[in-house]
Amino acid sequence: MSEATARETLIFTIARLLEGVRHVAVGASSPIPAAGAMLLRALAERRGGEAVRISILGSAEHNFFTQGAGELFDCAAQGRIDAFFLGGGQIDGAGNINLVGSGDYPNSDVRWPGSFGSAFLYYVVPRVILFREEHSPRVLVEKVDFISAPGTSPAGIYRVGGPYALLTGAALFAFEKAKGRFRLESVHPGHTVEEINASTGFAFAAAPSVGATPRPDKETLALLRGRVLDELAETYPQFAEVLHADAAGLAA
Amino acid sequence: MTAFVSPAELAAKIKSGAKLAVPPDGSGASVGLTKFIIENGVKGLHLICAPVGGLQVDMLVGAGAVSTIETSAVSLGEAGGAPSFIRAIKSQTIRIMDATCPAMLTGLVAAQKGVPFIPMRGLIGSDILRTRPDWTVIENPYEKDDPIVAIPAIRPDVCLFHAPEADRFGNVRVGRRGELQLLAYASAMTLVTVERIVEKSLLSDEATSAGVLPSLYVSAIAELKNGAWPNALWGEYERDTAEISRYAMAACTPEGFNGYMDSFRQSAVS
Repeated sequence: MSEATARETLIFTIARLLEGVRHVAVGASSPIPAAGAMLLRALAERRGGEAVRISILGSAEHNFFTQGAGELFDCAAQGRIDAFFLGGGQIDGAGNINLVGSGDYPNSDVRWPGSFGSAFLYYVVPRVILFREEHSPRVLVEKVDFISAPGTSPAGIYRVGGPYALLTGAALFAFEKAKGRFRLESVHPGHTVEEINASTGFAFAAAPSVGATPRPDKETLALLRGRVLDELAETYPQFAEVLHADAAGLAA
Repeated sequence: MTAFVSPAELAAKIKSGAKLAVPPDGSGASVGLTKFIIENGVKGLHLICAPVGGLQVDMLVGAGAVSTIETSAVSLGEAGGAPSFIRAIKSQTIRIMDATCPAMLTGLVAAQKGVPFIPMRGLIGSDILRTRPDWTVIENPYEKDDPIVAIPAIRPDVCLFHAPEADRFGNVRVGRRGELQLLAYASAMTLVTVERIVEKSLLSDEATSAGVLPSLYVSAIAELKNGAWPNALWGEYERDTAEISRYAMAACTPEGFNGYMDSFRQSAVS
């Protein structure tokens, strides 16, 4: 067994969830998804597979758009982006996400920044990975207070995209599109199914055998701690330092 | 013709009640002109964020200059939530028109093209659409049973942004910040602050002229050194993270906000 940190396991899990994508976009201030996408690209190169393109918004180094903020959305609208990440102050069991606030809209008790591109990208990007480190009943609610973007749409509504998985700091869920619900796939090392049941505010299905979320093997870990952290440091220098320190703490 | 004016004269063109459009932090928000706008005692602004708002929007809200915000988000990025904005939402002192990024951009593109609306995918089934009575779902006229949202044109009275340079003919270099060009195309008046004004026409070099907004769209320009500070300006300076954190801390209370803005104005004026 490898000695991966909890964050390294999350990054590796994101790379696994992105398996097969050609172009992945990552929003601003999303270092773990960005690292996962960079690991995917490094793994694809090592295998000699098709090159993976990564667009990181807000990064000069990893953003090749020349037409301004609108180009990402046009790109997504045409199916040129295979995967994207969304989070949410609240995520419910039907895959609805809320980035606006809790309580009665518009005078929310707690107001978050707003929906950003979610009410479009969730509909048109085929593989949207919901990522939120906090796994608590406060975040994973039965029903969101405001739907920034719905998990599914009725027949007749144009919908080629949507949720693919929900990854938290404690577990990985797959999204069952036909049933409009999450299915627990695996629990991260150090966490238990009982804990997930207690800390999830919505009902969910469970895979036939819920195992432990796989950790990266030695070679993958070396790639992550070397090349991927070097790349990550260009956009997220502070976060790359934190990951280095995590890994050093593990070795000590 | 494009007018060349002082920052104070530029700010004086933004009147109370105007629909004012601004770009995001790091994409040319003219934070430096904010203090002049606030000093003019402007009230009742209808802010249009293209497509999100940041520090400048939070300052205008904190100063009581804003009545309505049309945006897909307001935040200080890594420095966290926008404190004045959050306070104004809770105390119901501003009206929020929540949108999603491509809807803001689509509305501006409709204005650019001089058409009343442009259809856009997504949105159906969201509470964003439900809480925007000004948006309508129409049937695709070319295909049966294909509802789609018609985003009405957003036509700002005035837009304001900061760019690295203008030439003395009024052309402005915006590089690959297409949202700045879009703001200018869509708005009735375009006000620009720049780091410097150069003698040679920015359109004279075919290799770089694509990133230049022609003076045709530019109403007035003022030179304002470090006008994007404490945000980054591409190719010029980095984001001053410590200063933005200082603002984020201070603006957590109205008193702290006022204190910060007093010193912000003084330091920027001197």
